[in-house]
Amino acid sequence: MTQGIGQQPGEVPTHVPGVTGPEAGALSHQRSQGPNWRTTRPTRTVLVVMVGVCSVAALVWAAASGFVDPYVALVFCLFIALGELARITLPGQREVAPVASAGAISYAFLLSLGDGPAEHSAVQVVAVAALGVALGELPHVAVGRAPRVEDVARRVLTVVLAAGTFRPLAAELSLNGPSTTATLLMAVIVVTVWVVDVCVATLLRVERLRTRPMVTFHDELRAQSPIGLAIGSSGVLIALACTVTGLVGLLVFIAPLLVSQVAFRKYAEIRRTYLETVRALSRVPEVGGYVEHGHSRRVSRLAYGIGCELGFSEAELLELEYAALMHDIGQLSLQEPIAGGATLLASPKEQRRIAELGSAIIRQTGVLDSVAEAVRRQCEPAADEDDQDQKPPPRAGRVIKVANAFDDLVGENRDAERHTAVLERLRMDAGSEYAPEVVEALGRVLARP
Amino acid sequence: MRALPGSARVYIGITVAAAGVIVLTGPYTGIDIRTLVLAAVLFVVAESISTIVVADVKAGISPSSAVALAAVVLLGPVGAAVVGFTSCLAIRRHDLIKRLFNGAQFALVAYAAGHVYLLLGGEVGEPGREDFPAILFPYTAAVLTYTTVNLALMGILMWTLGMVRPRSKQKFGWRPLALAEMTSVGYQMLGLAIAAIWGGAGIIAPLLVLLPLFIARWTFAQQSHEAMAHEATLATLCQAVETKDHYTRGHCMRVAEGSAMIAQELGMPAERVQKIRYAGMLHDIGKLGVPTKVLQKTGKLTDEEYATIKLHPTRGYEIVREISFLDEALDGIRHHHERLDGRGYPMGLVGMEIPESARIISVADVFDCLTSTRSYRKAWSVEEAIAELRRCTGTQFDPRMVEALVRAVEREGWQTPDIAEPPGGCYGPPAAGPQKTEATAVGENSAVPAPTPSEDTVPAQDTVSERKRRDVPGASAPVPASAETVTGGRD
Repeated sequence: MTQGIGQQPGEVPTHVPGVTGPEAGALSHQRSQGPNWRTTRPTRTVLVVMVGVCSVAALVWAAASGFVDPYVALVFCLFIALGELARITLPGQREVAPVASAGAISYAFLLSLGDGPAEHSAVQVVAVAALGVALGELPHVAVGRAPRVEDVARRVLTVVLAAGTFRPLAAELSLNGPSTTATLLMAVIVVTVWVVDVCVATLLRVERLRTRPMVTFHDELRAQSPIGLAIGSSGVLIALACTVTGLVGLLVFIAPLLVSQVAFRKYAEIRRTYLETVRALSRVPEVGGYVEHGHSRRVSRLAYGIGCELGFSEAELLELEYAALMHDIGQLSLQEPIAGGATLLASPKEQRRIAELGSAIIRQTGVLDSVAEAVRRQCEPAADEDDQDQKPPPRAGRVIKVANAFDDLVGENRDAERHTAVLERLRMDAGSEYAPEVVEALGRVLARP
Repeated sequence: MRALPGSARVYIGITVAAAGVIVLTGPYTGIDIRTLVLAAVLFVVAESISTIVVADVKAGISPSSAVALAAVVLLGPVGAAVVGFTSCLAIRRHDLIKRLFNGAQFALVAYAAGHVYLLLGGEVGEPGREDFPAILFPYTAAVLTYTTVNLALMGILMWTLGMVRPRSKQKFGWRPLALAEMTSVGYQMLGLAIAAIWGGAGIIAPLLVLLPLFIARWTFAQQSHEAMAHEATLATLCQAVETKDHYTRGHCMRVAEGSAMIAQELGMPAERVQKIRYAGMLHDIGKLGVPTKVLQKTGKLTDEEYATIKLHPTRGYEIVREISFLDEALDGIRHHHERLDGRGYPMGLVGMEIPESARIISVADVFDCLTSTRSYRKAWSVEEAIAELRRCTGTQFDPRMVEALVRAVEREGWQTPDIAEPPGGCYGPPAAGPQKTEATAVGENSAVPAPTPSEDTVPAQDTVSERKRRDVPGASAPVPASAETVTGGRD
């Protein structure tokens, strides 16, 4: 019982500062492997270079040939810059700048400002948007909050696509005022561009987290629908309204989107706080001397990686992470900590009791039932010889069992040979004790560059 | 709605009758029937689905007022009144009286706004480009009228229902209400925008205005759902930590409530109150690092044991400091055992050096300790506890916090724990032996523990740790008792 006393508060390890969101663990896992992590993500590099070249070319071309309606261009540029300045990060580390995107889309769709048709070219739209984005990101970079480059590239890419399709078509159909054709065309282009953007986001995410493409596509669709709908409708609305009200429309009709931006920001905040709370409180058993330091955090990181390999959806990954973080919470109900804290070394009966206690605690929240179920069945063997009728444990439970066993045996040791040896040991028990597919996924996670 | 008071019935009757007269008598000349129907449909749609409920005021904000004000511009006062009256058709679970009153209220409000708009030179009909800077003045006046009349009508209803007590200003949160009103004024300004593009961009335009608002509403709902889940999880985990000690069960939740009551009483903004509430909930999370037998020890603590106990605020801070949302409230956890006279721990801060949140939590913490049973004494009554807190103001507590707590408790009462005895009788190892009886008797009659002869009679300039050790029950020394005495510095 004296374990807890000796540790000075200063010894508590700090964890990956600045990285939040469910996949923080997976990220740090990759980054820790060396400085060459950039090269492991070719899609991202290609996208960023492509969009960068496009933007620079557009800027040079527009500067050389002169801006049409420079005053309007300037207003939109500043507007985009302000929107970019107010970018937000949605759950799942999705960086968005709704106001900037809506402003850029409306500039791409702008037909007239009341007096005569707007005649700026697609190239000018791209140049203005790129300049605005760069201006808006400058203050962020100056204070050390660098943007996620690939998300910035995606934002510019949507403008390239929207302007590149709409402006030539509008000229072709000689649209110069609000009409049903124009509205329909805008709607179709917005939806198409949005789908392309979701696909690009999917590719980037698959590359970053090694998840399964189809599952990730669904996740992205779900995550990007509300924000995409809000941005798209506001972009179209502003473009239509500016034909009646002039540039004032830009300021007035952004208001509904601002309300949704506030809502999204608040939602992202509470999601982040929730995760931070669970992460922080998962360390309570460690401080109490029940568990080795950093155990829950390492298990959750590992479990997250395995979950990605096994094709868990985003919601399932979040539950898996919560369950992994809290898998030892049942030890709080023990009067005395078990030796060394490693649950693997306790008797199976004791292990089950801890799992039951932990699950009972989690179930009390009333909102984390599936997490509680995963925690309850975390120590059941993958195949129970005694009881063939019983349902196999949930996937999250099986993953936690393997991740927990691995961390109990390896600890903070980062030695590759030790990892291989432990993996071999787990492989020997695969099929009876551990689920084989999970052990193989663990192997792939550990083998990552 | 339960049985209405007579005054409320009369008031609702008058409102509905007035609205009825306006809608029935017209005049309807010059009102485009197609616009009227479209506006009414849009209004009912907006009113039915989109209510952003602001949690703190329990007031709904609906973008439908934007449509009502668009109707003011497009249709004039009578048309707007008709559009407003259609709100009684909105699909909601309201009874007939509420529907009628809502409809009448919207009708009167829109009618008044319409007349103000006309009076100040606004023109009915779709505004063109040439109207633009000029129309802003009458429109803004109409928006302000709309808000004012709406608030007045609601206020009178509340008053007739007896829901607003004129004296209890402090309890009533003006800030969230003001925020809600600001938001709705923002929505109402959109009404002009809807009117402006009504003809130009077709019916699709108002829908495009409302779409982001619906999404915002949906997201707000998600957000409040997540917030509830977060709160439930936090509370459960805090309570899980407490299960080790039968006596402290529920302590964190009561301290959270107490801290929130004080913060609210001091007029802090809702967000800060919430942070302090969470900090109060988490204040003892570092206790888990303290062995149970030390926490439950009934007798005198050794230096080493006391040092262990003194680590718990720092340790708690170490655990939760990553919860970035708590920011300044984190200091409340770290410093909740500081005393104004500088004899507290872990840093011995003096007076106003102690963060405000810590001073709040400290008062709430000790108050709950005093009013609940501990292994070394019985619970005190609320009155005794308040007297004790008052006695210690200036030395241990900030008088502002104590008085705020007293006011809040007087008004709202205090939930004391109902545990009298732990199951199975005595708790913890009976190691403390003979000293115990004295210590447990302390709380019952007086706040001052009977001075017992003590071997350590250290002069006044003793170190903090020695002093604190003496303040522990069972080790009573001839110093004036403090609330710390009864809580043993352990809570």
